[in-house]
Amino acid sequence: MLAMLLRRVLLGLITVVLVSLIIFAGVEMLPGDACTAFLEREAQGQLLENCRIDLGLNQPAFLRYLDWASGALTGDFGLSANGHKTISEMVGYRLRNTLLLASCAMLTGVPLALFLGIVAGLWRDRSPDLVVSTLAIMAMTIPEFVSATLLILIFSVWLGWVPGIVLTSASAPVSEFFPAIFLPIMVLAMVMTAHILRTVRSSVIEVMASDYAQMATLKGVPYWRVVFGHVLPNALLPTINVVALTIAWLLGGVVVIETVFNYPGLGRMMIDSISDRDLPVTQAIALIIATVYVGVNLTADMATMLANPRLRTLHTRKR
Amino acid sequence: MEKPLMSSASLSAALIDIRDLSIGFTGRNGQTLPVLRNINLQVRAGESLGLVGESGSGKSTLALAAMGYLKRGLRVLGGHVQFDGTELFGLPRQKLEKIRGGRLALIPQNSGQSLTPSLRIGAQLAEALRLHSNLPAAAHPARIQALLTHVRLPDPQTIVLRYPHELSGGQQQRVAIAMALAGEPEALLLDEPTTGLDVTTQAHILELLRDLARETGMAMVYVSHDLGAIARVCDRVVVMYAGEIAMVGSTRQVLRDPGHPYARGLLASIPKLADARLPVALDGRPPAPGGAGEGCAFVPRCVIAQEICQTNRPMLEETPNGDLVRCHRPSLARTLPIRAESDAAPRGEIGDADALVLDRMAISYARPGLFDGLLRKRAGGALPATVDDITLTLRQGETLGLVGESGSGKSTILKSIAGLLAPVGGAIQFGDGAALPGLVDGRTPDQLRKIQLIFQNPDESLNPRQTVAEILAQPLGLYFGLKGQALLERSAELLERVRLGAHYLDRLPNQLSGGEKQRVAIARAFAAQPDLVLCDEVTSALDVSVQAAVLDLLDALRRDQGTTYIFVSHDLAVVRALSDRVAVLYQGRLCEVGPAAAVYGAPSHPYTEVLLGAVLEPDPDTAPTLSADDVIELAPPAQGCAFQRRCPRKLGGVCDTDTPPWRVDRATGHAIRCHIDRSAL
Repeated sequence: MLAMLLRRVLLGLITVVLVSLIIFAGVEMLPGDACTAFLEREAQGQLLENCRIDLGLNQPAFLRYLDWASGALTGDFGLSANGHKTISEMVGYRLRNTLLLASCAMLTGVPLALFLGIVAGLWRDRSPDLVVSTLAIMAMTIPEFVSATLLILIFSVWLGWVPGIVLTSASAPVSEFFPAIFLPIMVLAMVMTAHILRTVRSSVIEVMASDYAQMATLKGVPYWRVVFGHVLPNALLPTINVVALTIAWLLGGVVVIETVFNYPGLGRMMIDSISDRDLPVTQAIALIIATVYVGVNLTADMATMLANPRLRTLHTRKR
Repeated sequence: MEKPLMSSASLSAALIDIRDLSIGFTGRNGQTLPVLRNINLQVRAGESLGLVGESGSGKSTLALAAMGYLKRGLRVLGGHVQFDGTELFGLPRQKLEKIRGGRLALIPQNSGQSLTPSLRIGAQLAEALRLHSNLPAAAHPARIQALLTHVRLPDPQTIVLRYPHELSGGQQQRVAIAMALAGEPEALLLDEPTTGLDVTTQAHILELLRDLARETGMAMVYVSHDLGAIARVCDRVVVMYAGEIAMVGSTRQVLRDPGHPYARGLLASIPKLADARLPVALDGRPPAPGGAGEGCAFVPRCVIAQEICQTNRPMLEETPNGDLVRCHRPSLARTLPIRAESDAAPRGEIGDADALVLDRMAISYARPGLFDGLLRKRAGGALPATVDDITLTLRQGETLGLVGESGSGKSTILKSIAGLLAPVGGAIQFGDGAALPGLVDGRTPDQLRKIQLIFQNPDESLNPRQTVAEILAQPLGLYFGLKGQALLERSAELLERVRLGAHYLDRLPNQLSGGEKQRVAIARAFAAQPDLVLCDEVTSALDVSVQAAVLDLLDALRRDQGTTYIFVSHDLAVVRALSDRVAVLYQGRLCEVGPAAAVYGAPSHPYTEVLLGAVLEPDPDTAPTLSADDVIELAPPAQGCAFQRRCPRKLGGVCDTDTPPWRVDRATGHAIRCHIDRSAL
């Protein structure tokens, strides 16, 4: 069991290292570098040469990768190409903002999805299910920018309850993001709820029809005890991975939502850095997002393993 | 309205009283299709009643209805179900919960799937006690231990801490029985409680149930398709057909001289251990729900059907013999045979040439993982190979039966011969001496063509999205390059040969019955014109009557084509009916090999003796002999005899340390691998 966990962690680390190599190699293959981006039209001759020596860009790629990777390990991604700000500081605030948005959306969306999914599953094909399922399909199919715009129209233009866009600067304290953050949270929660609840619903339906749910009923177990004692612990297992994927999607930066609401998150910074050809920043964000993906999925796998007795005891089973 | 099965005086004494019950569902075009039709059934306290029938006969639906439970989509069309005078359908849920699991308990078909996977055994038993016993919570642990001991589970202290998946099938079934006993029920409903278990385990569970019934005086309703199991535990048998009761009688009447043609056909289709002949197939299939016409539901399959049977539905009526039979001509029915009458079927020609030689084949499932390689761990480590030292020679046209309990390596050997699993030692040779490469990748198309495999479950081995024509076109196109008209003609010919018509060509697998699907799978194998056909439990997913037809087909094909078979089955009677020679496997090691008559006769390897003793015959006067525990071993022992841990005739240390010698009878070639001499076996 412990060996199994260690093995998964090790594989996760290997994945992150491979991803960092790919990111580095990819950026390396692009024409130009930090100096050409920084110097723009003056990027020629001695000036360019000096800049490259300054930034250490004349060294072999292998050494530069080691330098970059070991810096990244300590959270030091070096300097941004435009301006001489450290990347960790710039990205740090953006990461915080993204985390803030994602965790608020999760705290709203996950419990709501579980509740609605269970209700829809238990009242299968009856009115609660029809209402919930129809709304879920709508939330999934309407593009985020459309629903975002509609919500702005309703809640800020017509009702005037909350601001329609976020005007706070990236480095502002958390408290200043409220109440403008409410609308982006709502849009994100809607989409993720729809995804998760559909999995929960089908899983509940499947387990309710299982032999052991039938057996529990025929054992005389009261309905709600069947649901909570026998069905849900098994039905919710497969949802862990869907939740994890959704979380990874949230943390990876939800560019469209951030753009619509002018939210200073990681996703928008990524897009900006690409259009500005700010390669060091692009590299750093790509690595952070990849690490988050690997980390969240690893956590989900381990959580599944711990929650499922079949997997938990697989390797300790008496031979 | 039909006549009740018992006089009104005894009706009041019935514990379970089912009157004129009809259950059905709404079909696709809106009409109501009945699954059960006008069922009248009474079970008295302490009585043990068997419910038999083919799949789809409604026997499980009836058993669940006796608990006031219907599967999703079903509804009561009419009639009553009473338990001790209380009407169950329409009873408020709370009152129903008191009765279910308490006074009326169920033992489910597949305990592995009926125990909640996320709860420990102890927790599931405690729940039953909390709901249905008056014991204080403090007394529960002791009671749980007592219950587990009662169902003869070893080491109850550890069992309560286990999760269901950590137990063997037999142990899971015992836990389910303990759970049912927790509420001290007055009646027990058993829905195929031993189906899917090994013969020895099944025999042990049935003995346990018999003893429990005798001790506690519980009424039992035993649902099964297996007349052997019914014969062992029931006083009275109800035979179901197409949602109706076809006949009711004492176990002896039903098994010895039933008055219904269906019951007689069913008996004749069961292969018997003492009989080397093929059982008689009961052709046709039962009508789909709502498909029975005006007359008797059995008419299309009945050999004595007359005009009146087409038009008038017979009533369930008492015959002079004392059984109740739903037939217009019960006395005529009694002239039908209930066992194979022909002489031993002529076997195919067995040639002198070898068809296949296995030379000390060993197979292991242990594969080095990604990290094992890095850590320089050796493949398999200290674990002995799953299958080891298999030496067998098959001659052209011969059928070799391979028997053993689950986990004995029967299917593993077939997979290896088919090239799906490379052996780790030994060799596989074709008759001409050419060694066969271990995996399909290394074999030539011609070698692949010559060996064909038929799987246990045709639902899984046929692609549900391909028509029968497309399924057959695969081997025909691949091996013979057939196209267009030639392909069509050959496909039709193959279907004729497996006794399906050319009109099956454009059907999809889900439009076929289980037996028809297996025939298509057989046709696919024979499309390659193979020399050797590997049959992996090909009849165990089928009803007995269908099984007999498939066995008959396999027999006819080998006589026509001189095909060599390896026939794997856990059912010793089925193997006997088809095999020329039989090999007995335990834990991946051969125990006994020889001509069928010699293996089934004396002397026997102790394991063969245990297996044969545990077989249940559809005869009320036979009892299984239980000579060894039904412990499931997960791995073969590292040295000595494979059967050392369960052997009832173990000699001592020599069995633990030394591999036993083969003791061969020169005249017949019958070989037993045991430390005990042939004369003493």
